Amino acid sequence: MFPIIARREIAPGIHSLWVKADRVASKARPGHFVILRLHERGERIPLTVVGTEPEKGLVWLIFQEVGKSTAELAGYSPGDALLDVVGPLGQAEPAGKVGTVLCVGGGVGTAPVLPRAREFKAAGNRVIGIVGARNRDLLILGREMEETCDRVYFCTDDGSFGHHGLVTDLIPLAQAEHGPVDRVLAIGPVPMMRAAVAKCGELGLPVTVSLNALMVDGTGMCGACRVTVGGVTRFTCVDGPEFDGAQVDFGELSARLRQYAAEERLAAERFAARRKGGECQCRGA
Amino acid sequence: MPGRVAMPKQPPGERRKNFREVALGLTPELAVAEARRCLQCKNPPCVTGCPVQVPIKEFIGLIGQGDPAAALKRIREKNLLPAICGRVCPQEVQCEAKCVWAKKGEPIAIGALERFAADHGAADAAQPGRAVASEASPAPAASTARPSRARVAVVGSGPAGLTAAAELARHGYRVTVFESLHAAGGVLRYGIPEFRLPKSVLDAELDGLRRLGVEIECDVVVGQTVTLEDLWAEGFRAVFVGTGAGLPHFLGVAGENLNGVYSANEFLTRANLMRAYEFPETDTPIRTGRRVAVVGGGNVAMDSARTALRLGAEQVMIVYRRSREELPARREEVENAEEEGIEFRFLQAPTRILGDERGQVVGLEVQRMELGEPDASGRRRPVPVPGAEEVIPVDTVISAIGQGPNPLFIRYTPGLATTAGGQIAVDENGETSLRGVFAGGDIVTGAATVILAMGAGKEAAHQIHRRLEGQL
Ligand code: FES
Repeated sequence: MFPIIARREIAPGIHSLWVKADRVASKARPGHFVILRLHERGERIPLTVVGTEPEKGLVWLIFQEVGKSTAELAGYSPGDALLDVVGPLGQAEPAGKVGTVLCVGGGVGTAPVLPRAREFKAAGNRVIGIVGARNRDLLILGREMEETCDRVYFCTDDGSFGHHGLVTDLIPLAQAEHGPVDRVLAIGPVPMMRAAVAKCGELGLPVTVSLNALMVDGTGMCGACRVTVGGVTRFTCVDGPEFDGAQVDFGELSARLRQYAAEERLAAERFAARRKGGECQCRGA
Repeated sequence: MPGRVAMPKQPPGERRKNFREVALGLTPELAVAEARRCLQCKNPPCVTGCPVQVPIKEFIGLIGQGDPAAALKRIREKNLLPAICGRVCPQEVQCEAKCVWAKKGEPIAIGALERFAADHGAADAAQPGRAVASEASPAPAASTARPSRARVAVVGSGPAGLTAAAELARHGYRVTVFESLHAAGGVLRYGIPEFRLPKSVLDAELDGLRRLGVEIECDVVVGQTVTLEDLWAEGFRAVFVGTGAGLPHFLGVAGENLNGVYSANEFLTRANLMRAYEFPETDTPIRTGRRVAVVGGGNVAMDSARTALRLGAEQVMIVYRRSREELPARREEVENAEEEGIEFRFLQAPTRILGDERGQVVGLEVQRMELGEPDASGRRRPVPVPGAEEVIPVDTVISAIGQGPNPLFIRYTPGLATTAGGQIAVDENGETSLRGVFAGGDIVTGAATVILAMGAGKEAAHQIHRRLEGQL
């Protein structure tokens, strides 16, 4: 069992979670992910490692309530424990010194961006952050990004904070204000990564993305996580999760992410109904 | 002379709707009668067909005397996982093929008898399948083992790893098995379905290992969660690697990443390990669809097809590029599949998977084949019949065409030599290029059978023992 040390809702439906998992904490590096399972009937949930405190054996995760399992996890608090935490998984090539790096996070995608931004900074790069969300409330890790980066740009879809528009608008702006960009890291929802990759293509910038494919084992055993990169089938869990964005078939990725949409809806509805419990039944009667 | 006993089974019409074990096991009466058919040969040929040299003649003799407990004890001297072997070993090409009765087509049902001993030989066992769970006595050698010998790590809890662990524990070593998934058993857990190997049987065998003092630690990916260096630092003196052939091959045709295309590993893992057949009571979904094509002809293909049927598919087809004679699956499993209504399409090779605008599979295009000259494997090579293509309308395609070696341990273990095929290279003692690190099973040989992996695990345990005793 892996005890939960802290859980806090940092934005509506987005939670920060600290869990004790000594071995993972001592090994996880920026770019790694873990797979967790809540209980005997639970599914295996992949989440990127946001940070660690190896001395205390703690692992920092951030997740958004997007379905039944994450809604259930949102109900966990200190005193509860996860049944399984396995990792670190995935390849985590150390970030070297490349010059100026743009670290672009969209929505909850800012969570996996932060550890990479910190690593790029520690490696001696100039790091420019771009953080976007639908609205002001959903912007996360702004302070941490500001502490890490040389400069952070914010944007929201509705203009409630920062630039009124998309992260893609800010990529050329950052380049104009800070000179040549050597590398871009963009992580977020598929449409956002796809748009960021297209923009970087226009600007001739190399861009890395981190893919959130569906997974089962996370160790290369099932192929559920396969994606087409550069025309070749790759497994996100063992060949990624980070890939050269220009090579990724995002259309296929979005279709594969929708594979269980109906089942996910059913599970979420059942969970919500059960949570309401008696209330529903009373009304029915 | 009476003929070979038939294994009682659930009727096909019933069993295709449930996940309960198909083969019900011999009754004591049937078992004794079958055991008494054994000629008790002076030089029994059967044992030469057994990769782990189970004393077949002796244990069958004991069953014939009505003493399954003694029979089980004898088996356990050589094989600590008889309830599993009795169920999944391909006896028809091993021990039973060598039986003198085989010439008459009626070999002794050695597998069924081994299972009988495992299920009934334990104290107060009465029902098949649950017998081993109530087993009272640990394996015989446990009491004689010298305690507190060196620590040995086993990587992977599949057939090779479990067997190596058991043997090492019997030699008195303190063994820890590391498993990357959340439950132990490897392919016995995620691959072989409940209806062929009930999880309760596996759990009971695992409990037996724990009673021998073996520790099993799940959620550990050796190479990532702990490295080989860490294992040496933690005080392990030797390591056995049995990480298996876990990397699924896909068909290599257009459309292989459409929704509705599964590797057999994924399909079976969702069903077996994640219990997706109970969704939404469990959280992992599975999409079976109404019409399912399983590509391949081995046991994994049969398991996938029969699982799809039980998950509610209306039509399940096996698509195989050679003919019935070349099917690599066990004959028994092919018969079971046919009885349950699985359709076989022989001499057809997939050329393309067709999808709709949402990226969902709608059909499998196949090319008709005919058998030509024998290839390197000695089987006649299938060659395309020009112009003979066909689209089979399906919702789901399951690729069961084999697996490559799991790459993780290899990737994260510097200095570990591999073969051209990506398997771990070992010397004649099963030792890898790293001193003290041994490997066996599918990670060395490529995908093979449960019992061969067990044999390799057992052999490696002996070599590890020799190495640690300074004899190697
Ligand atoms: S999640 Fe199973 S292979 Fe990647």
